[in-house]
Amino acid sequence: MTVKSPNLVSVAWLRRVGAMASTLLVTSFLVFSSLYLAPGDPVAFLVKGRSPSPEQLAAIRHEYGFDKPFPVRYWDWLTGLLHGDFGQSYQLHASVASVIGSRLPSTLLLVALATVLIVVLGVGLGVFGALRGGKGVVVAVTVGAAVPSFTAAIVLRSVFGVRLGWFPTVGTGSGFGDELHHMLLPAIALAITFMALVTRVTRAAMLEELGREHVEVVTSRGLPRTAVIRRHVLRNALGPVVTVSALLISGLLVSTAIVESAFGMNGVGSLLVSSVNHMDFPVVQAVVLLVVAAFVVVNTVVDLVYPVIDPRVRAAR
Amino acid sequence: MTGSARAALLAVDGLRVTVPGAGRPILDGVALTVRDGEAVALVGESGSGKSVTARTALGLFPAGADVSGSVVVGGTEVVGAGSGALKRVRTADAAMIFQDPRAGVNPVRRIGDFLTEPLRRIRGESKAAATARALELLGAVGLPDPPRHLRQFPHELSGGMLQRVMIAYALTADPRLLLCDEPTTALDVTTQAEIMAILARLRRERGLGMLLITHDLDLAAAVCDRVYVMYAGRIMEAAPSDVLIAAPRHPYTRGLLGSAPPLTGPLARLTPIPGAPLGLAETVGGCPFAARCPHAVPGLCDTTEPEPEPEVDGDSMVACLRAAELGASLIEETQGESS
Amino acid sequence: MSSVTVSGPRPRFGGAAARLAAVARLTWPVRICAALLVLVVLGAVSAPWLAPYDPASGDLSSTLAGMSGDHWLGTDAGGHDTFSQLLAGGRTSLLGPLGVVVFSTVSGVLAGLFSAWRGGWVDALIGRVLDIMFAFPSLLLAILAVALFGKGLGAPVVAMAIAYMPYTARLVRGLTQQEKMRPYIAAYRVQGHSGTFIALRRVLPAIGPTVLAQSTVNFGYALLDLAALSFLGLGVQPPTADWGAMINQSQAAVLEGQPLSAVLPALLVVVVVVAVTVVGEHFGDRLSGREAKA
Repeated sequence: MTVKSPNLVSVAWLRRVGAMASTLLVTSFLVFSSLYLAPGDPVAFLVKGRSPSPEQLAAIRHEYGFDKPFPVRYWDWLTGLLHGDFGQSYQLHASVASVIGSRLPSTLLLVALATVLIVVLGVGLGVFGALRGGKGVVVAVTVGAAVPSFTAAIVLRSVFGVRLGWFPTVGTGSGFGDELHHMLLPAIALAITFMALVTRVTRAAMLEELGREHVEVVTSRGLPRTAVIRRHVLRNALGPVVTVSALLISGLLVSTAIVESAFGMNGVGSLLVSSVNHMDFPVVQAVVLLVVAAFVVVNTVVDLVYPVIDPRVRAAR
Repeated sequence: MTGSARAALLAVDGLRVTVPGAGRPILDGVALTVRDGEAVALVGESGSGKSVTARTALGLFPAGADVSGSVVVGGTEVVGAGSGALKRVRTADAAMIFQDPRAGVNPVRRIGDFLTEPLRRIRGESKAAATARALELLGAVGLPDPPRHLRQFPHELSGGMLQRVMIAYALTADPRLLLCDEPTTALDVTTQAEIMAILARLRRERGLGMLLITHDLDLAAAVCDRVYVMYAGRIMEAAPSDVLIAAPRHPYTRGLLGSAPPLTGPLARLTPIPGAPLGLAETVGGCPFAARCPHAVPGLCDTTEPEPEPEVDGDSMVACLRAAELGASLIEETQGESS
Repeated sequence: MSSVTVSGPRPRFGGAAARLAAVARLTWPVRICAALLVLVVLGAVSAPWLAPYDPASGDLSSTLAGMSGDHWLGTDAGGHDTFSQLLAGGRTSLLGPLGVVVFSTVSGVLAGLFSAWRGGWVDALIGRVLDIMFAFPSLLLAILAVALFGKGLGAPVVAMAIAYMPYTARLVRGLTQQEKMRPYIAAYRVQGHSGTFIALRRVLPAIGPTVLAQSTVNFGYALLDLAALSFLGLGVQPPTADWGAMINQSQAAVLEGQPLSAVLPALLVVVVVVAVTVVGEHFGDRLSGREAKA
């Protein structure tokens, strides 16, 4: 029968959080040691493209502790991360944390706006496609999933920015209203692919639930159609939709690089691209780590709240 | 319907359901009646159309089907009915108990939500009133701890307990007609008897009419007043239970009786019906049972469709071209076996 | 008496034979998509003979030209003939994803097969490694590879192959676990065949078509990722022609109101990916006995 002792629940939570911590640890190790995959001496790699003075070279050697053994270097770097110290950016002569911190709000706003579009329109279209049927939604989903954000950016900019002049084509804007105005086209460009994927999952999950006997049972009992759809079909389709949406988060974050570059915005994504171009490896490392961490944390949270969406998994744990 | 003493709860007449691409109709000329307080069984092999027939009473038709004929439930015509009439039938006149309770209860909602939902959403009862009613119904179907069950999820209950929940759910409609679609098939043997006992008691206490769908002719005869036997979407024979068991008039009914293990006596007497039930893709030109019938006459049974022949009392019918000539010999066969 | 027709999808009838026929039967959208793909591949292969201009050298006297008899699809800001560039760009734009799919399919099949066949702690360990790999999105891994090894096609293709591998591995693992349960495997074991033989010669052919269908769909995604990388200026470098790089080069022209040289490669990417997805999912759905859902 039911086992709902708080003790067991917290054991499951602890195990999930422990798995998350170990994944993050392995990830940080992979990202840190990737520097040693690069051909040649790591120090030479770090200063490639610049001509540092002997003092700067010594500072880099000291900062990365190349005089110390590898495990010690990793440990120093890791404890630095935990204190919010991601090292120094060569390109921008500032701490990586402050460089990223100054660009994070704009990127978060872009991602938040795109997420709203993805969830509202994606789920909405999926529900529409499942209930009203028709080939239209299927075609839209197949095409939408194949529209990369750079294609969407080019077309949106060209039509609504240049041809019609409704939206600014470049920059981030100042003040919340202006920022939103600047953000709308980029957010749409960012959202299209992911929206199509969410639509597709929602539609498939809804169609599957619609064919279930429990839906026939409440229908046969005379429950109004809208209540059947909302309280039984959509409610039960939520599980796969949430799971897939959580998996999309990392792709969404990386795609900000494309959209911010295309629209000339100053965000974390465009920072990643310019850091690669300027061989600013500490910044690249930090951004990669943040994206992976965001993915791991979001998916752990979804895992932890999933029993609320589908109580059957509580028994399976 | 004026001829009978009791009013008809369910009156099906000339019901024909076809889906494109199938070789034969799913239902063809089905006619049956369930009167107030009466228990009627609909018996047949899987695929014979018995579940489809029961579902039409609630306006649930197969997707893409063409439906003609008449299904009147509590005085309301269901075929071609608008949403208002359908809602009246579903919320007040008839309720269905399904075969597999595991599949029939929404797995992600609590039992309490499941039971109070129709009371609150359809009848507009308050939360307290709906909960009180749900508790009362769970007690009525014999569940041991109603307050606890309300908080439980379906996966926390056994199949037999869930089927009781399903019965309680059907009772939230205060229906006058219970449609039971093989309510015990998915359960284990001891639970089957309990569920049938609960249904019998509820029927007695509340004076409910019942249409029992089953493939078990003995169960049907034991529980119900009258039995309809169905094959390949048609009614083959109908009769009061004792008459049907003692004196079957259709070779198919006779075959069903012969293929069930007797409660007493040696098992060697079992004679399965040869062949397989007619698939939906197959076409029929004559009696659908002709190919499997030991009494079929080539050139007659496989070419001429038997017309249903009602008896004078209105409770019996048989659809067999050779019913009259076979009559006595079929009864002899049956009695010879059960002696 | 009354008569009504119930709305809703029409049910289907038929067994295994009908399903086989359905696999072989190509619907019109699938035929059109397959034909488009053949056309694009032929164009890319024969680009050196078909291209009317040298895609690498621009004619500065005719920049940002519209469609004309001289330049069928116009020119870009550097005076490069767009039609010639699209043809030549197909070579890198299709070869890159092909490399990703071949690498990731081979490594994913081996990892998945091995994991499911051995089971136990080996399976658990491989599962955990795949979980961690899932956390690295393909484009991010490719960008990291560029940061480490420099721009071009090689490093990103290897990085993306690594990023796509877990998807194939997980699919193969699941399919193999199902297949392992089937009676015919036990029959081979009883006959004394080695595990490796059964896994490679009997299980692999059984699950192969489904895996190939998945790889076809992956090809489309890899094409999108590599085009994105070129668009960011981190992939194939000019003067080598590439669809993503073409869009990148023509961004300024879009702002000047001359979007043709950017929009054409952008649309071509969409068309090719749609075609690949439609063909891949057609066979994937039919082979696994599902009806096309989306």
